[in-house]
Amino acid sequence: MGTARSAIEAVWRIESARLIGGLVRIVHDLALAEDLAQEALLAAMEHWPSTGIPENPGAWLMTTARNRAVDQARRRQMQAGLALGSSEPSPGIPDLAAAIDEDLGDDLLRLILIACHPLLSTEARAALTLRLLGGLTTAEIARAFLAPEPTIAQRIARAKRTLAEARVPFEVPRGAELSARLSSVLKVLYLVFNEGYSATKGNRWTRPELCEEALRLGRILAERFPQEAEVHGLLALMELQASRLRARVGPSGEPVLLLDQDRSRWDQLLVHRGLAALARAEALCQPLGPYTLQAAIAGAHSRARTAAETDWPRIVALYDALAQLTGSPVVELNRAVAVSFAFGAAAGLELVDALADEPALASYHLLPSVRGDLLLRLGRRGEARLELERAASLAQNAWEKALLLGRARACLGATSPGRTGESGGDAAAAPSSTPGLASEPPPR
Amino acid sequence: MRVMVFVPGDQNSEAGKMPSQELIAKMMKFNEELVKAGVMLAGDGLTPTSKARRVRFSGSHRAVIDGPFAESKEIVAGYWIWQVQSIDEAVEWLKRAPFDDGIEVTIRPVFEPEDFGRELTPELRQKEARLRAEVERRSKP
Repeated sequence: MGTARSAIEAVWRIESARLIGGLVRIVHDLALAEDLAQEALLAAMEHWPSTGIPENPGAWLMTTARNRAVDQARRRQMQAGLALGSSEPSPGIPDLAAAIDEDLGDDLLRLILIACHPLLSTEARAALTLRLLGGLTTAEIARAFLAPEPTIAQRIARAKRTLAEARVPFEVPRGAELSARLSSVLKVLYLVFNEGYSATKGNRWTRPELCEEALRLGRILAERFPQEAEVHGLLALMELQASRLRARVGPSGEPVLLLDQDRSRWDQLLVHRGLAALARAEALCQPLGPYTLQAAIAGAHSRARTAAETDWPRIVALYDALAQLTGSPVVELNRAVAVSFAFGAAAGLELVDALADEPALASYHLLPSVRGDLLLRLGRRGEARLELERAASLAQNAWEKALLLGRARACLGATSPGRTGESGGDAAAAPSSTPGLASEPPPR
Repeated sequence: MRVMVFVPGDQNSEAGKMPSQELIAKMMKFNEELVKAGVMLAGDGLTPTSKARRVRFSGSHRAVIDGPFAESKEIVAGYWIWQVQSIDEAVEWLKRAPFDDGIEVTIRPVFEPEDFGRELTPELRQKEARLRAEVERRSKP
């Protein structure tokens, strides 16, 4: 019985990253490693339908790729020998057969670190990560980031060239260097997750498949780095936010704000996992790092069975710590919202007004959105409407735009638009659930 | 997507007999691989049905039945919840489990909420198009 193509693709998904990572270790060239891996995949597609999937598919693929590498090296050797007029092997050809058999066990991590190399822009890292680790096609990555496909293709090609030209070492670093490199990985993962959680552009509000990919990589890292507090902190943050994915989208695909969500739709398995990861992070490192703090804020929401039971003073305290740590105006904005729920809309508005001239927030739609919401809660409808309209003009996601315009219109109505008083929106009073934005710069 | 994987029990599991050390070690290693790959979400072994209870529902009547439940073939001895890209991926992972002796382990995809990007019905598509048009109209000065 033949083996379905989908089965081979499933094996590829399981094995490809470690395979490429292992080949990179041997041939010291990312593009070549990818090519060799691709050739192994083609060979699998050719043979496995009739032979069936081998018992150790990873080993089969690696052996096949190795054989290709050896063949290519021999051919180059011969050509070099012919050119030199001798049949002596040229120096410097790695002993491939020997190198392959060292399984350092870190090949997957190797590839993650390469894909997230700090030399590359964050966007390039994200694209390369989704390609090499997520196995997404260029078209899928382009769709995920709403960029034209050729742009993504170029971005990936350029990234590989940058790494090659800089001759980045492919060894997995250790100690302090490894910790530093990890933080650039975490940044990429969170970028990908956030893009799936609150899509900044386009017509879909969430892209769960991006969240799943980021979560998977986060889980892999947490397993690999049990002692790194912020790895667990980020994982906790992602698990807790992902727990709300089903509740964030309404029946027609519209955004539902955190405080309006049907909490029975929160995924308790992910809440449980998120709180467990948070506990690990908190136990590992005091004072808490930025991802752990954001996770703690998310955890405070997750623990409240209803919006009314939210421990706002605790959330304010966490935002205090986060603001001190990051100095981020976005965090200050989120903190203002938490303050408004803990201590009243007027107190929140004071803090928001202090951010009015903050250059980093100049085109950030959530600033006027929050201001509008607070004004509404204070009964200042005319001003609220103008702010919400301004927010809508700055919002890039179609759903967010529509939501804000709707709320702006409702300011004129006889009845309140349902966001006043205690029933107010998300901590950022806007569709993008707060904690995720806290330490990220405003979207560009 | 998520899948649940159900491992059937047998007379041994029902008798509370522990599997061999070797099998336990292999199973632990398998579970480790699943965790390391970011696939494992949850998993547990279930106690023999001698410790189980059943509730039968009939109208407003509730009957409680104590285990053990003799039909071993249908008894679940363990479960996993995995995060995978496709059921094919789940199959490939499951093939790596150290089971033997003709045991059949079932993979059940969990219902996922609609992914509006991929499964927009024609009605929702129209609605989205109208929404987009409306937003366009309103954004014009």
